[in-house]
Amino acid sequence: MKSLYAAFTLSLAIILTNSVSAQQTVKIGFVGTFSGSGASFGEDMYDAFMLPIERNGGKLGGVPVEVIRKDSQFKPEVANQVTDELLDRENVSIVAGVTFSNEMMAIYQKVIGRGVYIIGSNASPSQLAGAQCSPLYFNTNAQNDQRAEAAGKYMMEKGYKRVYTMAPNYQAGKDYLAGFKRYYKLPLAGEVYTSLSQLDFQAELTQMTAAKPDAVYAFYPGGLGVQFIRQWRQAGLAGAIPLITGSTVDLLTLPALKEDAIGVVHFAPWGPDLDNPQNKRFVSEFDAKHKRLPSEYAASAYDSALLLDSAITRVKGNLGDKPAFTAALKAADFQSVKGKFKFNHNHMPIQDFYVFEVVKDGNKDRYTHKTVTVAMADAIDAYQADCPMK
Amino acid sequence: MTWSLFFVQALNGLQYGVLLFLLAAGLTLVFGIMNFVNLAHGSFYMLGAYLGAAAYSASGSFVLAGVAAVTGALVIGVAIERTTLIAFYARDHLYQVLATVGLILFFNEIARILWGSSAIYMRAPQAFTGAISLMGILYPSYRFLVIAVGLAVAVGLYVLIHHTRIGMLTRAGATNLRLVSVLGINIRLLNTALFGLGAALAGLAGLMAAPILAVQPGMGDNIIVTVLVVIVVGGIGSIRGAFFGALIVGLVDTIGRVYLPILLSHVTERDSADAAGSALASMLIYLFMAVVLAVRPQGLFPMPR
Repeated sequence: MKSLYAAFTLSLAIILTNSVSAQQTVKIGFVGTFSGSGASFGEDMYDAFMLPIERNGGKLGGVPVEVIRKDSQFKPEVANQVTDELLDRENVSIVAGVTFSNEMMAIYQKVIGRGVYIIGSNASPSQLAGAQCSPLYFNTNAQNDQRAEAAGKYMMEKGYKRVYTMAPNYQAGKDYLAGFKRYYKLPLAGEVYTSLSQLDFQAELTQMTAAKPDAVYAFYPGGLGVQFIRQWRQAGLAGAIPLITGSTVDLLTLPALKEDAIGVVHFAPWGPDLDNPQNKRFVSEFDAKHKRLPSEYAASAYDSALLLDSAITRVKGNLGDKPAFTAALKAADFQSVKGKFKFNHNHMPIQDFYVFEVVKDGNKDRYTHKTVTVAMADAIDAYQADCPMK
Repeated sequence: MTWSLFFVQALNGLQYGVLLFLLAAGLTLVFGIMNFVNLAHGSFYMLGAYLGAAAYSASGSFVLAGVAAVTGALVIGVAIERTTLIAFYARDHLYQVLATVGLILFFNEIARILWGSSAIYMRAPQAFTGAISLMGILYPSYRFLVIAVGLAVAVGLYVLIHHTRIGMLTRAGATNLRLVSVLGINIRLLNTALFGLGAALAGLAGLMAAPILAVQPGMGDNIIVTVLVVIVVGGIGSIRGAFFGALIVGLVDTIGRVYLPILLSHVTERDSADAAGSALASMLIYLFMAVVLAVRPQGLFPMPR
């Protein structure tokens, strides 16, 4: 009965989207966290996503688009509720954005079940890259632990012998450390998990200093990272011990960290100084419009708009033919701000990961990432083997 | 596990302890003497941090930031006491809890409206941005400033409580408030003064914590739970209890967090030792409080009755 209902709604959705396709407005629901502590992520994503659309006069692939922005408030239940509105009232054919993994998991089955595409650009739960992959789901970001894998490979190649790791004690912290150890094979000089509610790391830093490591790998996202880096500097460790981090000194936290973060090493598939024409255009247009540097979350969202632009062009605005639209998305026929970009069979990107260092942005009063080298070329996530799609 | 490392960790515990003391001193006076449960005490801590950070970024002077944090919290504390809390003195504790939880929500929302929901960050004063080498271990100099300020306040409060008239009234009030009022002392005024003093110290704690932690809405909500543990361990109403209670809780928490995983790793595998150790360490102060309550329900350093 359930599958009959699903088949019915799916065919109804196909009929509906078919009837409004071909040069009619494409409706895109943009779900993001726009309030609360994660608001800066959602804002950066949305601002970047809108950039190509505004540049093209409100069109993607030559077709007028209507973007309906919904605030998921960093709460899975709110994400669920706003997605219901997008599906039932607005009849969107694409859901884009989605800031956090718990929000993605709350809406994924429902959206896919309705035959609606998800073009995610940030939240990228590992299940969706593996066993739960779908022809209707694409993601322009990366797997979280790939940033840690790149760090592990880099630190192995750099020849660090006594590495000490620090991360908060929760799922993402453990995922990062697992990813790190997939490529860093030597025994660790120390491995510390701090409580997620802990704001003062001085005791752990003292303990770390006593272990005399030759480098530290730390994962402290968002506000935790700002505290960690500042306490690191206050403890006189800046310059004394190399600090290699995962998602700790991104472009959203650099305005708060300022010179405290100088020299800290960061890993990402994208940075503002990557040398390709698309990226130069993206960074300068974003900076001119919003008076700040875009983050890697903005870069992936910008890519997701370019991806839609290319795919809608390919199918000439006809989103009704799903196999054709999936194939058009899979082709990823656009110039990514990341340089190299193509989709793996699980619809996750195959891309390079870079090593960045925090530096002052020229003579401006702000700080940015400077590319050091490629940490991992054509990186493939660890979950793709579980995805049955060919 | 060397002794010099243990000493530095004890210093970390001391620093955390004096920060807790600044908060506990005010809370224990209000609780012990006015018999009033003020859960909104953490809001004065948050407001002190915000006002201090704002004044510091506007003026660049840490002393001015201190003046802003302390007087700001004092004024807001007295205003709240006079206008709102006074209506709840005669009521039961449940009403006081409800009213002050309401105040927490109110102040968190005010902070969100005025300063936004994302954290703001304050720098340590220029002279205290570096680190000092202590027996080969680098130690942030700002933490010494926190310890010095906390100990200075402790000495100041000792003098105030034991060698001044208001201190005498406070001690008398903690023992028998009704008798003090029968002797012709204006209890209302004494209450307001104590409440204001507590709020000002909480504001000072907020300022001292601001360069270490993030200043954000709700920053007082977590720490107030630990402060309640402190005053229960130390003995409600006793400044001496708040002082030693805070130091004990600070040390137990810090030393436990660092050494429990190491101790456990001698008896079990490393992965489970890390996980169990950090879980156990976060419970440690509550276990400690439970033991104190079982053995000495009046606290370790109660007011003489």
